[in-house]
Amino acid sequence: MLRNSPPGEADIGALKARATKLRRHMLTMARGQGAGYIGQGLGVADLLAALYFHELRYDPQNLGWVERDRFLLSTGHYSIALWAALAEAGIIPVDELITYGADDSRLEMSTLDTTPGVEVIGGSLGHGLGQGVGQALGLRLQKSDARVFVELSDGEMQEGSTWEAAMSAGHFGLDQLVALIDCNGIQADGPVVLDMEPVADKWRAFGWDTAEIDGNDMDAVVSALAAARRRNGRPKAIVLRTLPGKGVPRIETSEKSHFFRVDVREWDGIIAAFETSVGEPA
Amino acid sequence: MSAPAMEAARTLAMGENEATGADRPTVEAPFGRALARLGVIRPEIVGLTADLGKYTDILPFRDAFPDRFFNIGMAEQNLVAVAAGLARTGLQPFATTYGVFATRRAFDFVAIALAHSNLNVKIVAGLPGLTTGYGGTHQAIEDLALMRMIPGLVVIDPCDATEIEAATEAMADHPGPVYMRQLRGTVPVVLEPGYRFEIGKAQKLRDGKDIGIVSTGLMTERALDAADRLAKQGVSVGVLHVPTIKPFDTEAVAEFCAGVDRVVTAENHVVVGGLASLVVETLFDAGVAKKVTRIGLPDRYIECGAVPTLQARYGLTTDAVVGTILKLG
Repeated sequence: MLRNSPPGEADIGALKARATKLRRHMLTMARGQGAGYIGQGLGVADLLAALYFHELRYDPQNLGWVERDRFLLSTGHYSIALWAALAEAGIIPVDELITYGADDSRLEMSTLDTTPGVEVIGGSLGHGLGQGVGQALGLRLQKSDARVFVELSDGEMQEGSTWEAAMSAGHFGLDQLVALIDCNGIQADGPVVLDMEPVADKWRAFGWDTAEIDGNDMDAVVSALAAARRRNGRPKAIVLRTLPGKGVPRIETSEKSHFFRVDVREWDGIIAAFETSVGEPA
Repeated sequence: MSAPAMEAARTLAMGENEATGADRPTVEAPFGRALARLGVIRPEIVGLTADLGKYTDILPFRDAFPDRFFNIGMAEQNLVAVAAGLARTGLQPFATTYGVFATRRAFDFVAIALAHSNLNVKIVAGLPGLTTGYGGTHQAIEDLALMRMIPGLVVIDPCDATEIEAATEAMADHPGPVYMRQLRGTVPVVLEPGYRFEIGKAQKLRDGKDIGIVSTGLMTERALDAADRLAKQGVSVGVLHVPTIKPFDTEAVAEFCAGVDRVVTAENHVVVGGLASLVVETLFDAGVAKKVTRIGLPDRYIECGAVPTLQARYGLTTDAVVGTILKLG
C-alpha cells in the first residue's frame, strides 16, 4: 500500500475478505482458460492478501518508485495469484483477468516481467532468490531501506541455485530480504519427489532468522511478516505450510492439483460452491 | 627439472603466458585498470566475481572501491542472478569469472535473468579458448557459439590491451547485457594508436587482395603477423578484425570478402558455431561465393599442456596461420 511508514495494526477481517476476493478472481481466470495453476494460487492467496494489502510499501500509480518494497514471485507459474493481487491492488484492470493464459494476453500462465507489477521473470525455477539478493544488496548500497520479498516453493528448493543464493544472503547479512517459502507439498510429478525436510532447519543453518507457520492462517501470516521487519543483520525466512486449492474443496482434494483442468460445467459448479461457502454474492 | 624451469612450466600451465607478443609493448591487467578508472566517474558501477578476482584482473577495481565490490564465492549461477538484481536497482554490475563457468554453468541465468530482461550487466570472462593448459574444464572453446545464440546479448572477443580498455568503456556506455572475453595479466598492445573500438563494427587492419583473413580475439595478432610475413613472399593478405561477434558486422564482412580471392577465418574457438559459421552464413546470405578456410579449434575437447604447445598443436600460432595459407596454393 502507498505509504512511507511501517504498516500499522492489521485488520485481519479485512485481509481475509481480500483473500476471498483474490480466490474469486483466480476462479474467474481459471474458468476462462479451463485450466491453470490454481491449486498453488489458492494456497498463497492469504499470503498475497497480507503482502499487497498490509505489508508491502508500493504506489499503484508509480510502479517504478525507487523506495518501493519489491515482491519477486520466483515460481512464475503461480502467476494466477499475482494477477489477482495486482488487479485487486489497482495495478491491472480487473476485467482483464479473464484473458489469463489466452493468446496475446499480458497475464501469462508463467510470469514475464513485461507485465506491470512483475519484478522478475519467475518461470525458470531457482532464479528469484539470487535476484532478490542482488536487489537487497543494491538497495543497501544506495542507502535505501526498501525491502525485498521473494516467494519460492518447496519443490524449487531442489534447484541448487536456491542454496547458492541462501548462502550469499546469510554471508552479506541482508536483513532487508525476506524469503517466503511456500511448502504446499506438491510439484510437477506429484507429491514432493525429493524430501526437503527439515525445511526450517536448513534455512537457519544458512544464517536466516526463520519462522514456520500455517500459511493459510491470516493471523500467523501477518505476525510472521511483522516479525520479519527486524533489522538485525540477518535475512528472514518464513516457511509457509499451505494447502493447494485452499478454500475450494474440489481442488483441495484433486489428484491433479499441480495443473488443474476441468470442463466449464464443472467450473460453474466449483464457483457456485465457493460462493455458497464464503457467503457473499458473486 | 631446475627451479627456473619448474617455475616456467608452472607459469605456462597456469595460462599466464597468453601474452605472446614478446616484441610488443604490454599492459598489466588492462580490464581491471580500465574499470577502476571508469569507477571514478561512474558511481553506478559495481564489481563482482565468483572467487576468481585475482585471476580475472578485477582487483584494481576492488582496491579502489572496496564498498562496491562483492565476491559471491564459487557460485556462478548466483553471480549472474545477483548481478541481475543489482542492475534492477539502477547499478551497473561488471561480473567476472572464467568463460567456461559463465557460459556452460550459468547459461540459463545469462539467457533468462539477464538477456530476457535486457539488464545492464557485463560479464567479463577469463581464459578464452586455448589460453590455459588446464584442459576441457577450463578452456572456453565454445563460449562464443553459446553466447551468440542468446537474443540481445552483445558478445565481444577483443584482441589486445588497447581493445580491452576501449571495450570496457564501450560496455559501460551500452545499456544492455554484454559478454566479453578477456585476455588477462600481461597483455600485448597490437593495435595502432588511434584505433577506435565500436560495438558491432569490424575494422580493416590490412588491405590485401589474394587472401582475406577475417579474425577475432587473439588470432588477430597472428593474422597481422602472418600478413606481414606473407607479404615478403609476395602474397597479398588483408585482415579484417571482427571484435564484436554479436551484433555481427555483416556488411563489412561481406564487402571485405568480396574483395579478395579467398577467405580464411581465424578464431581462438571451435570452428563450429563461432566466427567461421558467422562468416559462412554472412557470405551465403549476401550471395558472395568464396571458398572459406577455417582456422580454429577442432570439434572436440582439448588436452592439458603448456599453452604454447597447445596453440602450436592446434594451429593457433603465426607459423600455423602462414603454413595454412601457403598450402592453399
